Amino acid sequence: MIVTILDVLIAGLLLGGLYALIAMGLSLQYGVARVLNISHGEFIMLGALTTWTLVTAFDINPLVSLVIVGPVIFAVGFVIHRTLFKRLLASSASPGIFESKSMLASFGLLFIIQNIASIGWGPEIRGYSYLAFPVHLAGAVFGANRLVTLGFATVIGLAFYLFVARTRMGKAIRAAAQDPATAGLMGVNINQVLALCFGLGAAMAGIAGVLISMSYPVHVTMGLEYTIIAIIVVVLGGLGSIPGSFIGGFILGLIGSIVTYIDPGLTLIAYYLIFILLLLVRPTGIMGK
Amino acid sequence: MSTTGVDLGKVWAPGLLLIILVLLATLSLYAPAYTVILATSILMYIVLTVSWAIFSGPTGYISLASAAFFGVGIYTSAILGMALPFPVVVGIGGVASFMVAFLVGALTLRLRGIYFAIFTFGLVELIKHFLLWYEINMTGTRGRFVVVVDNDTIYYAMLTVLVATLLTAYFIRRSRYGLALQSIGEYEEAAAHIGVNVTAVKVITFAISGLFMGAAGAIMATRWTYVDPYIAFNPLLAFMPVLMAIFGGVGGLHGPVLGAAVFAYLEEVLITRFPYYYMLLFGIVLVVVVLYLPNGLVGLIQEWRKRVPGGQHANT
Repeated sequence: MIVTILDVLIAGLLLGGLYALIAMGLSLQYGVARVLNISHGEFIMLGALTTWTLVTAFDINPLVSLVIVGPVIFAVGFVIHRTLFKRLLASSASPGIFESKSMLASFGLLFIIQNIASIGWGPEIRGYSYLAFPVHLAGAVFGANRLVTLGFATVIGLAFYLFVARTRMGKAIRAAAQDPATAGLMGVNINQVLALCFGLGAAMAGIAGVLISMSYPVHVTMGLEYTIIAIIVVVLGGLGSIPGSFIGGFILGLIGSIVTYIDPGLTLIAYYLIFILLLLVRPTGIMGK
Repeated sequence: MSTTGVDLGKVWAPGLLLIILVLLATLSLYAPAYTVILATSILMYIVLTVSWAIFSGPTGYISLASAAFFGVGIYTSAILGMALPFPVVVGIGGVASFMVAFLVGALTLRLRGIYFAIFTFGLVELIKHFLLWYEINMTGTRGRFVVVVDNDTIYYAMLTVLVATLLTAYFIRRSRYGLALQSIGEYEEAAAHIGVNVTAVKVITFAISGLFMGAAGAIMATRWTYVDPYIAFNPLLAFMPVLMAIFGGVGGLHGPVLGAAVFAYLEEVLITRFPYYYMLLFGIVLVVVVLYLPNGLVGLIQEWRKRVPGGQHANT
């Protein structure tokens, strides 16, 4: 019994690390740049499938792929914000209008990215084997790849938190999240900061994709499910709160792992129910003001 | 705008509408079967877009629940299609969606802005996954067969629902009730202060928009012959009405109609010509429309009309 509980707990932590990373990326994009990015999961898919190609065709270590995918997807996200969302922001009369317009535009991006990827990679489910040997952990058994995933997700999450909390750039990001107009008046290059946030958010999704590809099979249409999970975690943690997203990710991971233990078919339903209850009872989330 | 233009409009608009209606009502007499089937799809999209615009147009709440209400209609048709006559099934489909929309509206319409949009999208996915789980675990099968109805009947059923939708939308806009909706969209607190029962108006309008979507779903199910939760609760249909309404122009009634008609036809052409790139093109169109057509086709036409005759006078 105790071993079962441990099993479920550790599996929840492993899942939660990924969720936290994905949600922190979306939290940046929505909390700061005000783009509810429905195409968030597509950057995860791009990261995952690029890694698959690098590993199977070029025999590159997935951890090296992390260093390649991160900056490339950051650049893609940065450029998308500088071209598409900056324009939308300039032409929107109010923040509310920008939110709905940017959500619709990001839905368009979802189709564009997913279908370009599907022309390149096709609809097959892909996977490769990396560190697939078992590790015994307090009586429970896990793949080494999952532990690597958890380790990297936690390290990247913490590094990112420190970046936002301690650096000068991080301060500019927090200022932009609170009040973009005033931040601009105080000398923050607001367009630069928003594009940076969008790029960083996309890069975190891409990195999460690399980590996912180490232990799960990947395919072109995997993105939307992760996007929805990310939205749930962001709302759970409190919009715009990066520690909230980090903690929320682990909470949802644990819940997911408990429900999966009871009936795997109910996992997604449980997520939606939590989400709906949360929106009705406490829409500001656990760390929201 | 010149006064003669308005007078002409008053005479021409009802006449033109009548001609279009007569042409549509006699379509199966002169058009080939393919045209009737295509027209049914176009009418379906107009029903969905106009009923979306009944609620979301004036209030500005972006609802992504269209797919849920449409899907409820589809499943009603799949479950009851064998037992009851077609018109009754369509009616029940509408009423079932009305009730779901009423319930959802009562629960969630206090959520503002983006939260409401996320919630309604979550609802579509929740119903889909619950049905999947239910079908696999309780009935042991996935999907259902639907009684087949011939194409002309489907077409005329859809046309009837469309006329009902348009009339409802028109009369709501013209009534006190429509003004109340408009005031909610502009400033909800102020609307509440001047005595509008904000919650009741929002919930009932939301339910009415669900009614027509459900009826449309119940009709379309009979054309697909087989449905499963993935077909019935297609997330694309959550976004299509929004996109079509924005494409046409959200302000009035003719915007959504025009947007849906043009876009649905475009979709058909794209699917037949470029089956593999259709979704890619769809995404590009979506981004371009959001970027460059803030007021939709109707806004574009108005701007163009303003610019052409007597434009210089207006500027000086």
